[in-house]
Amino acid sequence: MSRIGVFICHCGLNIAGSVDVGKVAKLINKYPGVIYATDYMYMCSEPGQEMIRKIVKEKKLDGVVVAACSPTMHETTFRNTVASVGVNPYRCEIANIREQCSWVHQHDKEKATEKAQEIIEAAIEKLRLNKSLTPVAFPITKRALVIGGGIAGIQASLDIAESGYEVILVEKNQSIGGHMLQLSETFPTLDCPQCIATPKMVQVDQHPKIKLYAYSEVEEVSGYVGNFKVKIRKKASFVDWDKCTGCGLCIEKCPRKVPSEFDEYLAKRKAIYTLFPQAVPNKPVIDSKSCLYFTKGRCRICEKNCSVKAINFEQKDSFVEESVGAIIVATGYDLMDKRKIGEYGYGRYEDVIDGLQMERLLAPAGPTRGIPCRPSDGKVPKEVVFIQCVGSRDPQHYYPYCSKICCMYTVKQAMLYKHAVPDGQAYVFYMDIRCNGKGYEEFLQRGLEEDKILYIRGRVSKLFKNGDKIEVWGADTLTGRKIEISADMVVLAMAMVPSEGVKKLAERLRIATDDYGFLTEAHPKLRPVESLTSGYFFAGAAQGPKDIPETVAQASAAASKVVSLFSQDVLHREPIVASVDEEVCTGCGSCESVCAYDAIEIDPIKKKAVVNIAICEGCGACSAACPSGAMQHTNFTKRQIFEMVDAFT
Amino acid sequence: MRMKISIKNVKNKFLDKLRELSGENIYACYQCGKCSAGCPSLSEMDISPSEIIHLIKLGQEEEVLNSKTIWICASCFTCVTRCPKGVDLTKIMEALRQITLRKNVDHVNLSSIPKKALSQFPQIALISSFRKFTA
Amino acid sequence: MKISYFPGCTLKTTAKNFEESALASLSFLGIDVVELPRWNCCGTVYSLTDDDLMHQIAPVRNLIRVKEQKDTRVVTLCSMCYNTLKRANNLVKEDEEKLNKLNDFMYRENVKYDGKVEVLHLLEVLKNEVGFSEIAKKVKRSLKGLRVANYYGCLLLRPPEVGLDDPEHPTILNDLLHSLGAEVIDYPYETECCGSYHTVVNVDLVVERAYDILNSAISQGAEAVVLSCPLCNFNLDNRQKEIKKKFPDFKGIPVFYFTQLLALSLGLDERVCRFELNFVNPYPLLKSKHLITGA
Repeated sequence: MSRIGVFICHCGLNIAGSVDVGKVAKLINKYPGVIYATDYMYMCSEPGQEMIRKIVKEKKLDGVVVAACSPTMHETTFRNTVASVGVNPYRCEIANIREQCSWVHQHDKEKATEKAQEIIEAAIEKLRLNKSLTPVAFPITKRALVIGGGIAGIQASLDIAESGYEVILVEKNQSIGGHMLQLSETFPTLDCPQCIATPKMVQVDQHPKIKLYAYSEVEEVSGYVGNFKVKIRKKASFVDWDKCTGCGLCIEKCPRKVPSEFDEYLAKRKAIYTLFPQAVPNKPVIDSKSCLYFTKGRCRICEKNCSVKAINFEQKDSFVEESVGAIIVATGYDLMDKRKIGEYGYGRYEDVIDGLQMERLLAPAGPTRGIPCRPSDGKVPKEVVFIQCVGSRDPQHYYPYCSKICCMYTVKQAMLYKHAVPDGQAYVFYMDIRCNGKGYEEFLQRGLEEDKILYIRGRVSKLFKNGDKIEVWGADTLTGRKIEISADMVVLAMAMVPSEGVKKLAERLRIATDDYGFLTEAHPKLRPVESLTSGYFFAGAAQGPKDIPETVAQASAAASKVVSLFSQDVLHREPIVASVDEEVCTGCGSCESVCAYDAIEIDPIKKKAVVNIAICEGCGACSAACPSGAMQHTNFTKRQIFEMVDAFT
Repeated sequence: MRMKISIKNVKNKFLDKLRELSGENIYACYQCGKCSAGCPSLSEMDISPSEIIHLIKLGQEEEVLNSKTIWICASCFTCVTRCPKGVDLTKIMEALRQITLRKNVDHVNLSSIPKKALSQFPQIALISSFRKFTA
Repeated sequence: MKISYFPGCTLKTTAKNFEESALASLSFLGIDVVELPRWNCCGTVYSLTDDDLMHQIAPVRNLIRVKEQKDTRVVTLCSMCYNTLKRANNLVKEDEEKLNKLNDFMYRENVKYDGKVEVLHLLEVLKNEVGFSEIAKKVKRSLKGLRVANYYGCLLLRPPEVGLDDPEHPTILNDLLHSLGAEVIDYPYETECCGSYHTVVNVDLVVERAYDILNSAISQGAEAVVLSCPLCNFNLDNRQKEIKKKFPDFKGIPVFYFTQLLALSLGLDERVCRFELNFVNPYPLLKSKHLITGA
């Protein structure tokens, strides 16, 4: 009854080098149900596809097997080809005779040919029982959620909002801006980061299409692409932001001082505080861990001084629910904790600081007004040693990857140090210099030539405190000598790691991360801003170490993906999903317990499994787990699989 | 100062022997110099430890085997503790010493040690010294 | 508790002060150490070539002695013995083929080694079996007022898979000396090599190393150096004569085995400490801290 056509690809020598494709085509022609079989050099080429179209029309085929490379390569191509001449695309099967045959059996042509034939026969058996399917259409909620309000999140939100769609922006800190606002100046232009970022932050604040939840975190996400339900926790700030005028009197009067996170613990803030003067929103938060009222039950001076009665010690965390259609994860980075490095003192030496701390010391609005001073005694250091690659490129102990930005920010920091302390000397211990952005190499050379930074090629083996100096023992591999420097201050370019808590967040969102917690993209080369989990997109350092230009570019890319998703009226999902035969199903729940996507529920009244075909990713775990066979995978039914097995045996 | 390199420098019996004796892959070394910077005996050496590895890669068998370095090494294991690539330099040094020692060439001569001194040493000094420096 | 004890050659000769003070302290603390019968030299240092099995015989044979005692643990005092025995043990635990070859070679032994013995250093036993806080309770002569610089050396800590504490910032000796009441001085050379076996034919190298280490300790205010290895002891204590010759400004500093101070603080008779075997005279310091009575 079936009228099947088989098209066998040579793929140049990739397949034809090990498989006798001509012979296979002749034998397959005799196989029951096969009306036509042929071989061709490159099936995926335009003439190859034209051939398929022609034969389908001529021979009135109702099913096509293309024996070629892996379906991940061209399944979509060939499905479109047959669809264009009226055959249901799900009546097109790919028999992988390349990755699963010719490439692994290059030394035994006879057996490879036999195996190729069997693979094709199995595909034919499956195709025979394939149903014609239509992708299901779902509505899309055309609102986006952006998790993270650093420069990546800000850029993505603005791009989506400007396209006319609503954006929910959730930021865990009390202000958006992220690490960029902590920096002193940005390479390679030595721009002031606060000056270039704050206009964007204000835009976000004022944009009618952006809803900003600051001091909030994403608690739970359910649903699927186009139809997510997000539960957001608004953390208690103990200040009613609707009443607060931002006058700042509470902060002025607060008696309690604690180390400031924004200033990387080099300065103090009050227990009630805003992050920085240009904060968006510029409303204060009470840190309940240090506030005298929360810890000791006294004070309440802020409350007494607030003229609009905005202080509310009874405030609790609250929750909101939002519906969105796409989610961009832009949670950014942290620097590796320097207390992990034994040979550099386990963080015990005050004058051994990390890159972000140096940024605060060099920042004009920072704790030392832009003149770097030693944290221990406040003196201006005359000899500063910068160490690159701390924790990075160290597969034996820490992280094997390169953190990308350290070479550039080290030369920048050394230059800014020399500008602030003209009679000082900067030394940089490096292994390689990676300056591969636009204008980066020129920037480095400027640092070397104009600011006379001494670059020493080698790593530092140990450093320790000696009186009020830090002794640095490093190598100079270019002369083969050990270099000993008595430094006033040491700056460690610590490895870039994903923001704290991202691994847990990724688990809740059901998106993949790599071993280090960086979000895993769908394809490293061709799909860098999306997750394999539909509906999730990435921007910025959350996906891997990167600098600001790349972050902004990626943010716009992710936004464009979201906008293109929203430009459709409906969303189509692959129909190759699980389906339940209700008459056989007993409601045992085995399927529900193995589903990794929470796509199955047992109807409590009917006691039958119900598959949400919108979320089902078609993995097949439920069909395998089902003891009665009630759960079957469309176009991968048990019968089909057994027929395929028979073809092999 | 000129060195002509060909495939013979990079693939030869010396390198095979070294690999066999030490079990280490010298190509993992990316010449960061952490071993040299932390080596307590560096000031007495003529070639730094990281340079030794580089010279081995360049096939300079004679220069490496005739160096003071491999005999000054005190097997303190500081290098292997800090190496970011996990290269066990102590095993490479031992292998280099063994290549000479196994030709029955001792590096230290028992008879050169004065008798009085011999009785004062803790035995472990003598045993380890002979382990490292004699065939 | 009972545990097998491997002394090693040096503890029976030039390092009697180490052994006797240790055994006396252990007996006082209620730990019964049973010296292995027919033990042999551990064959320090661990052979680093992959094809050398001959040099693993000596250490493994001692582990067989432990098995013969129907024991699963052996404690040692000397850092070098500890490192050699432990590394050889790890090697045969991971490589069954090598273990079989060694057992076959030692066919004359009554027992085959099965890799199931644990090699411990005395410091580990004091920390885990007794507990430093328990030791603190038993201190009769507090070392209060004594400023010590602990010297760990190499083989107690490295390589990291064998070491008994963090190789960059170890604390085990510091914790012990704290529990005895001493003030522990922090100095950067506590894990830098003393020169080890070079003391036999390259005295100058050792003099340079020892000078750096001792000078660093002295400059940070240490009054005594405390260690665990007879070879380090030789290089840091006995070699002070040569150090003074090369560096006339060198002040000198007494050097102790940690067990000597342990025994002293537990109130034991100072004769078990065998202070007369220490090269740099420790008596003036000990008297000034009222830690010993008499002349």
